[in-house]
Amino acid sequence: MHQILAKQALGPEIDEFQVEAPRVAQAAVPGQFVVVRLHDRGERVPLTLADWDAAAGTVTLVVQAVGKTTREMHERYDVGDGVLDVVGPLGEPSVLVHEGTVLCVAGGVGIAPMYPIARALKQEGVRVIGILGARSEDLLFWVDRMREVCDELVLTTDDGSVGRKALVTEPLAELLGAREVAHVWAVGPAVMMKFCSATCSKAGVPVTVSLNPIMVDGTGMCGACRAEVGDRVRFACVDGPEFPGDQVNWELLIARLAAYKEEERCALDRYRRMVREAAS
Amino acid sequence: MIRETQVAMREQSAASRVRNFDEVPLGYTDEEAREEAARCLQCKKAPCVQGCPVEVDIPAFIGQTERGDFAAAAATIKRTNNLPAICGRVCPQETQCQGVCTLAKKFEPCGIGRLERFVADWEREHGAQAVEPPPSTGLRVAVVGAGPAGLTCAADLRMMGHEVTVFEALHEPGGVLMYGIPEFRLPKDVVNYEVDGLRRLGVDIALNMVVGKTITVDTLLSEGYGAVFVGSGAGLPRFLGIEGETLIGVYSANEFLTRVNLMRAWQFPEYDTPVKLGRHVAVVGGGNVAMDAARTALRLGAEHVSILYRRTRQEMPARVEEVHHAEEEGVDMQFLVNPVQLHGNDGVLAEAECLRMELGPPDDSGRRRPVPIEGSEFLLDVDTLIVAVGNQAHPLVPRTTSGLNVTRWGTLEADDDGVTTRKGVFAGGDIVTGAATVISAMGAGKKAAAAIHRHLAGG
Ligand SMILES: Cc1cc2nc3c(=O)[nH]c(=O)nc-3n(C[C@H](O)[C@H](O)[C@H](O)COP(=O)(O)OP(=O)(O)OC[C@H]3O[C@@H](n4cnc5c(N)ncnc54)[C@H](O)[C@@H]3O)c2cc1C
Ligand SMILES: Cc1cc2nc3c(=O)[nH]c(=O)nc-3n(C[C@H](O)[C@H](O)[C@H](O)COP(=O)(O)OP(=O)(O)OC[C@H]3O[C@@H](n4cnc5c(N)ncnc54)[C@H](O)[C@@H]3O)c2cc1C
Ligand code: SF4
Ligand code: SF4
Ligand code: FES
Repeated sequence: MHQILAKQALGPEIDEFQVEAPRVAQAAVPGQFVVVRLHDRGERVPLTLADWDAAAGTVTLVVQAVGKTTREMHERYDVGDGVLDVVGPLGEPSVLVHEGTVLCVAGGVGIAPMYPIARALKQEGVRVIGILGARSEDLLFWVDRMREVCDELVLTTDDGSVGRKALVTEPLAELLGAREVAHVWAVGPAVMMKFCSATCSKAGVPVTVSLNPIMVDGTGMCGACRAEVGDRVRFACVDGPEFPGDQVNWELLIARLAAYKEEERCALDRYRRMVREAAS
Repeated sequence: MIRETQVAMREQSAASRVRNFDEVPLGYTDEEAREEAARCLQCKKAPCVQGCPVEVDIPAFIGQTERGDFAAAAATIKRTNNLPAICGRVCPQETQCQGVCTLAKKFEPCGIGRLERFVADWEREHGAQAVEPPPSTGLRVAVVGAGPAGLTCAADLRMMGHEVTVFEALHEPGGVLMYGIPEFRLPKDVVNYEVDGLRRLGVDIALNMVVGKTITVDTLLSEGYGAVFVGSGAGLPRFLGIEGETLIGVYSANEFLTRVNLMRAWQFPEYDTPVKLGRHVAVVGGGNVAMDAARTALRLGAEHVSILYRRTRQEMPARVEEVHHAEEEGVDMQFLVNPVQLHGNDGVLAEAECLRMELGPPDDSGRRRPVPIEGSEFLLDVDTLIVAVGNQAHPLVPRTTSGLNVTRWGTLEADDDGVTTRKGVFAGGDIVTGAATVISAMGAGKKAAAAIHRHLAGG
């Protein structure tokens, strides 16, 4: 059992959790994730390590409520509660670059996984420019933390409630045109990573993305997470999750993410019914 | 006069069992067990014992069973086999102990597996006698993987007095017994009970520990473990490498079975993990894994399940009993058929393009090689395709441990005693042999335990 030591709302349906997981905290490096199972009927869901503290033995997870499990975490898991399983750190570490200017483009809840990467790049002595985008101001979080590890920071929102009223690809394209950029990281929703990758390809700048396909075990034994990267089938959980964005078959990734739509709706409806019944 | 045939075991009828996940064979009654036990000739140089990789004292336990002393029979088996209820159910007895049974020369062999199952079940129902492990030697051993190889190695080392921690990547111990072999063939309660037996002995099982990620073998050795046994299995699924294999609706057998068994998707939505199954299911392969996948698909409600195998019935690696059960339940066997391309609609599997095959001359394995018949392409309507063409050694531990030699098949190099190329590191089971059997993995775990004991004694 892994105790939740802190929980903080970062946005309407986005929470930051501090969870006890000493072994994971000791071994974690940027780019990796954990698989979490809330209870003995729970699904195994992958969540990126947004931060960790080896001395305190804790990991930080930032979770957006999108379906049954993440909603359950949002509504029913609080400080003092235990999470049954936290497995990791899983996946390959980010392959960092060591000089020049790097753009770190994060969309929505992708800001959380981007933070440790940007921090590590900064420690390498790289000039880090962050571009953070969200639909609106209330969905933007960790701006201060990102500012600490970025030399420059650009904010965008779809509705213009804060920063530029634009998609992240706009400042990305401008910066790629104006500066000498060594490498780009893009982390966020699949569609956002797809367009960022296209923008980078056009500018001839290498781009790394973090894929988020559906996973089961997260240790390479099932193949649920397979993605096509440069004509090869790769298992995102053990070969990735980071891959060169220009080589990813995005249509496939996006289609596979929707494979369980009906079942996910069924699980969520059932969960909502249970919550309602428990309340009445 | 000796009975020529085995006492039959009652089983659920095919019609009722395809609608549930309950176990198919129902086990012997006390009388049936004693009647079957009476068939044993009590051979002096019992060949059956040599046929068993863990050398169960078969004539002794069968004699005790015949006399009705089931508790003693259980104790006899447990001396060399810590997982008898599992072995009694899934060992390929026809090629192991029963294959060399003296009775088999003229009649049906003695039903050793069925009797072993009976005795183990009897003990579970009546409460096991507590076994006292010897006092601790203070020496610690780490075991990687809680499959049959790791569990057996751990139990033996514990009985030699060593302190053992098993590190398991998944959230439940058992390996393939838990995530691969379905409930209707090996109830998970049975596995849990036998694993709990090890815990009662004082074996520590640390779950959710991915060795190579959470902790490495090198760290274990430097953290005070005197030896490490690697039993991480052959968990890497092989795909066909044909176009369309990433379509939605295409599963590896591992994914399909893991969702259903380990994650209990057959009880979705009471359990959170779903499995998506179409009406027309094709399973590619001809081994036990393919049979398990096909029979599972039927139970989940598929209308039509076929097995596509590129050779013929004679070459099928699956146990005869499994093929028989699958056919009884309505699985449609299609021999000499091989899928070559998968077609989809909007990213979802719709058709499998297959070729008909014929058997050519024998290949390296001695089996006749299937060769495609030119121009024999045909389309099969399928919305789910499960690839069950074998698993390879899991690469994580070999890849993250220094000094371990790997063969060209990705398996770990180790001798008969499990000694690897790295001092203090031993290995056995599927990670060394490639996908094999529960009992051979257990045999390897046993030999390695003895070798580790010698290693620890020698310092
Ligand atoms: C490597 C990796 C890192 C991730 N990091 C984070 C993170 O830091 N924060 C965060 O909020 N989310 C993260 N995700 C996504 C997160 O795993 C899913 O949102 C979560 O599994 C949804 O589960 P659910 O039951 O709440 O929703 P469901 O209703 O089951 O699904 C909602 C959506 O999530 C996706 N999804 C469902 N099950 C899985 C699964 N087992 N694995 C992956 N995706 C799934 C589906 O495509 C679906 O569109 C990550 C995913 C991966 C693969
Ligand atoms: C569907 C199916 C049906 C089968 N049916 C039969 C049958 O009827 N009869 C029979 O005799 N055999 C059968 N087999 C084969 C048999 O199950 C295997 O040969 C046997 O389980 C091998 O045992 P093992 O201990 O070597 O490995 P496994 O059972 O594979 O166990 C390995 C364990 O190690 C864990 N592990 C892997 N990597 C790591 C890591 N890095 N860190 C920590 N833990 C790790 C895995 O999670 C797993 O729990 C079947 C196999 C399958 C897949
Ligand atoms: S363990 Fe398996 S091989 Fe050995 S006696 Fe029992 S059934 Fe036969
Ligand atoms: S070989 Fe057969 S008959 Fe002889 S002791 Fe063994 S089980 Fe009994
Ligand atoms: S999630 Fe199973 S192999 Fe990647």
